[in-house]
Amino acid sequence: MPDTPAIELRGVGRRFGERTALKEVSVLLPRGATLAVLGRNGAGKSTLLRILATLLRPHGGEVEVLGEPLPRRAFAVRPKIGLLGHEPLLYRDLTGRENLQYHARLYRLPEDKVDRLLEAVGMELRGDDAVRSLSRGMVQRLAVCRTVLHEPELLLLDEPRANLDPAASDLVEPLIGGSNGRTRVLTSHDPEAAIKEADLVLGLRDGQPAFLAQPGGLDARQVKELYA
Amino acid sequence: MSTVLAVLRKDLRLELRTFETLPAMALFSLSTFVIFHFGFNQAAIAGQLAAGVLTVTLLFAALLGAGRLFVAEREQGGFDAFLLAPVDRNALLVAKAVAMFIFLAVLEVIAVPAFGLLLLGPPLGPRLPGLIAVLALADLGLAVIGTFVSAIAIQTRARDLIAPIIGLPLLIPALIATARAAGPLLAAHGSGSPPTKWIAILALYDVVFALIAYAVFDYLLED
Amino acid sequence: MTTFGRGLRTLVLATVLTIIVALALVFFYAPLDADQGFIQKIFYLHVPLAIVSLCGFVFGGLLAIGHLRTRNRAWDMRSYVAIHMALIFGVGGLITGSIWAKASWGHWWDWSDPTLTSFLIVLLLFATYQPLRFSIEDPERQARYASVFAVVAAAFVPLNFIAVRLAQQFVHPRILTLGGGNLPGSMRLTFLVSLLGMALLYATLWKYEMTAKNARIQVRRLRRSLLGDDSVRPLGRSAAPS
Repeated sequence: MPDTPAIELRGVGRRFGERTALKEVSVLLPRGATLAVLGRNGAGKSTLLRILATLLRPHGGEVEVLGEPLPRRAFAVRPKIGLLGHEPLLYRDLTGRENLQYHARLYRLPEDKVDRLLEAVGMELRGDDAVRSLSRGMVQRLAVCRTVLHEPELLLLDEPRANLDPAASDLVEPLIGGSNGRTRVLTSHDPEAAIKEADLVLGLRDGQPAFLAQPGGLDARQVKELYA
Repeated sequence: MSTVLAVLRKDLRLELRTFETLPAMALFSLSTFVIFHFGFNQAAIAGQLAAGVLTVTLLFAALLGAGRLFVAEREQGGFDAFLLAPVDRNALLVAKAVAMFIFLAVLEVIAVPAFGLLLLGPPLGPRLPGLIAVLALADLGLAVIGTFVSAIAIQTRARDLIAPIIGLPLLIPALIATARAAGPLLAAHGSGSPPTKWIAILALYDVVFALIAYAVFDYLLED
Repeated sequence: MTTFGRGLRTLVLATVLTIIVALALVFFYAPLDADQGFIQKIFYLHVPLAIVSLCGFVFGGLLAIGHLRTRNRAWDMRSYVAIHMALIFGVGGLITGSIWAKASWGHWWDWSDPTLTSFLIVLLLFATYQPLRFSIEDPERQARYASVFAVVAAAFVPLNFIAVRLAQQFVHPRILTLGGGNLPGSMRLTFLVSLLGMALLYATLWKYEMTAKNARIQVRRLRRSLLGDDSVRPLGRSAAPS
């Protein structure tokens, strides 16, 4: 395993017009670890994930993902990351299988992977229905398949268990859980569950880091204040 | 190249599944022919007038189609999905332009015979080879500019307005060349081969804007 | 800290002087045209306006390349002001051209004049620059898209002229061609001085607006940093870069 950290952020900032969405964020995340990003809506969680996913360029500071500086080496990073955001990034009028096959072609992967993944999330029967006819939980399962299709080293998960019932959540656990040495950055609507999974917790308030701590060194008051 | 094919295949499949754009373009063209018939109050037209009617109709139908080109990408996250993948960004431009070219070609398979039946005075048959050459070059320009304008407009708030107001002036040179190339073809005693001068201008237009669009497209995608 | 408006005074003086000389030449030196009489003198206003406007559009496109290459929004500002000014000059050129057409050909608009026609098309295209900017809210995306548009539109200018010129089979007998190729000497001198005056006027106005915009931005930035974010009113939607 390469010795560079999975993620290294130094003083990263991003503006949207005059509004500051992210300011002076510094994080060092070793490979194989899980970072939980907490904060209220609009605190900058999604902006941070999009910067790490190479979709947004930072306006200040330095970003290194898997040893490659962004945005300069975005091309080298893209095959190694998977982003699961609020949007499933699936075409509603295509079937789940067709959507995944499209992604498999973009990543130049053999298409039989799609079938195996559909089976893994219990979607082999509904895989040939148009995405628009599926329930939100099923769409989310397809989105998980899309995220892990190319076996990324780094998973960027924005509320990955939204819309999933406990059974479905268990189904996707082997794909996006922390057990097999993947590096993960995740946000969650449920801070306690996120902290339980995390090796490192970053709290964001109005785009600025409120705390950066290991779960053990975190006191409940700090977390509560973040959402107050 | 494989990226272009992947995107193209997805786009054509989406169109076949939803059947939104092409029928709209075809119906629009047919209605426009009927409108021109009553507007001119003439049963048959020929020559430059006929060429103008055909070109203008195809131009507006093309803008109608171009407006839909990126809607699924914008509304269903296709842009993000594409940008996350380790692929050449320009493949999106090429794929969309090819899709647009195919749409236009299919449209013309319907609209040109309809034009021959409904409006054109002289018989269409002997003029067809020349017309196909002219329209193929015109479609190339329409596809490139249509894709480019649509890619700009899709990120604006007034996208339905922005695409035509930018697209129309940009397409005027192509429109001039197409209409002027098709004019002699559609004349009552047409020569059967389009004037080379206008074919050359049309080709020049296609090449120049294809290159420019290729050079700047990347900037429309990043954030 | 930027010094604002450096060289502006010299530029203004040069502009005023050149324009005075140009006007003097137009009215007292250049001969009266045999066919068209006094109204022909609008030529010394119309053609320079049109040429400067077209050059302004292309200039705006070149500045936009600077923005795309460097991602420095200052270039977008320069490009915006260049196109904005060129549009104003262009409308002036179109109106004076129309007056000239009425005087010499008897009607306000003449499709058979390829220069006027292509000029109208170019103007129609660049007229969409402001609506395009206005309909994109995020300032960075606005700047980037506007730059892309400016580059493409600048390339469009020469291509459009070729197509339109070839399209006119019956070009009016042209008394005067652009650039004063076959003008008599005194007319030619007057024309060239007028052109220089107009170019200087464009340069002055460009620089003046750049100075004003930069100063306003600097003031806003200072207010924000000294008095806090709430001290300035939030920027409304605007077509202008900020």
